Amino acid sequence: MSTTGPEHDYKQKLAAGRFEIQICGACGKHVFYPRVICPHCGADKLDWVAAVGAGVVYSSTVVRRKPEAGGDYNVALVDLAEGPRMMSRVVGIEPTGVKIGMKVKARIAQGDPAKGEAPIVEFTPD
Amino acid sequence: MPNTKDLRGSVAIAGVGLAGCGEAPGWTENEIMAAAAKNALADAGLTTRDVDGLVCASVNAFLTGLSVAEQLGIHPKFTDSTCVGGSSFVGHLLPAAMALNYGLCDVVLVTYGSNQRTGVGRAEGGKFKAMLDPQAFEAPYKPFNPMSSYALSAARHMHEYGTTRTHLAEVAVAARKWAQLNPEAFTREPLSIEDVLKARLVSDPLSVRDACLVTDGGGAYVLVRADRAKTLKKKPVYMLGCGTAHWHRQISSMPDLTVTAASESGPRAFEMAGLKPSDVDVLELYDAFTINTILFLEDLGFCKKGEGGAFVSGGRIAPGGSLPVNTNGGGLSCVHPGMYGMFLIVEAVRQLRGEAGERQIDNAEVALAHGNGGVLSSQITALLGTEATL
Ligand SMILES: [Zn+2]
Repeated sequence: MSTTGPEHDYKQKLAAGRFEIQICGACGKHVFYPRVICPHCGADKLDWVAAVGAGVVYSSTVVRRKPEAGGDYNVALVDLAEGPRMMSRVVGIEPTGVKIGMKVKARIAQGDPAKGEAPIVEFTPD
Repeated sequence: MPNTKDLRGSVAIAGVGLAGCGEAPGWTENEIMAAAAKNALADAGLTTRDVDGLVCASVNAFLTGLSVAEQLGIHPKFTDSTCVGGSSFVGHLLPAAMALNYGLCDVVLVTYGSNQRTGVGRAEGGKFKAMLDPQAFEAPYKPFNPMSSYALSAARHMHEYGTTRTHLAEVAVAARKWAQLNPEAFTREPLSIEDVLKARLVSDPLSVRDACLVTDGGGAYVLVRADRAKTLKKKPVYMLGCGTAHWHRQISSMPDLTVTAASESGPRAFEMAGLKPSDVDVLELYDAFTINTILFLEDLGFCKKGEGGAFVSGGRIAPGGSLPVNTNGGGLSCVHPGMYGMFLIVEAVRQLRGEAGERQIDNAEVALAHGNGGVLSSQITALLGTEATL
């Protein structure tokens, strides 16, 4: 066992400006979110690899919110080029403009430390 | 080796009861639960003194099996408090049936209560739950859950199959028409397709009228071996089959957002029961959101994948339509205290006993109750039948 768990390590990498996902040394498939055991084959040989950062919107919703509360925002499911899917948001476009099938690219959003927000991966249209 | 088919018809629901449905201000969850338990036991001609098996679930209490037994003053020989979300009380048929078949106990009470609507501290409770059970890879994006997860499924279903908001609205309108025939339903005023389409969007493409109610309410059922059921006061409703399946917890881990694990739980239940969809007289499907009903009709084999929207059109699942679905008004219009699965069973039993009043389906012999838990996560299908189906 490594000194810290995969979720902790993933967040540390993001904080250091690196978006990495896992790859299974046994079956060769990529894994997200980071785990201890490969959900595809059951092996525990998961290694970190830099994400390509390319994705396609699998589904998308607009969460409706009053303007004074910050306004509407996008929540999307993005299929990474490597295979795994993740929840994220597509920014740099109107929330309603995010369409299924749209190509997107990843970037790291720093978040607001004052609100207790850690860095997370978000996407912009590619 | 024992066979799952041995369970078919081996146990029967001998009593059902509801309490506090709608609004029950000033009542705790366990008090509502106890009132429902009393009604279910009375329906069977039994009391808490007869109960030696207890099955319950809570999304709030840490040791709910202990609290419920203490509240009711029972000393169970068998306890199960598996919680897989709103589907739990459908799934509870299986451990209860196994315990009864192995003689671990003789009378199982399955019971639930919630004061979700009028209870205090809901927002604070939500914050504690998020802290204790974090969804670390979704929460930072602030999905309005559970609704956003179902919205993502609906959006994908629309994209792949051309399903429309009007199709979703058909589901809401059918549920409301059933509710109008049910004096116990919480929301009974008229609702049109137009009303649903112009309702406020909450998480696109779902509006406030695509979402289930938030009510208080409790329900309970009493399960006994088939031979005992025949000696009790109500017409027994037999468990013919029950199947469970789940593939994910968070929507981002659902393999295909247009196919639920009902496509496994359904066939499992039908196999145990030796039945097929065309044998079912009445369906109770967990309609947390309008898209659910469409997905489950497809995944349970009542229509082809992708055709659910067209299938529910023209009032097919409404009163007077060819396939009665959610005859109490469903979670959309009857009751939804957080975990609706219990109410699926209660309505199915009432239909099979012929106790459903104005909304009674003629000659109902086989009922399907399908529970959903989490965000399209846990899927549990039960087939119940009258003596004629044994
Ligand atoms: Zn693997």
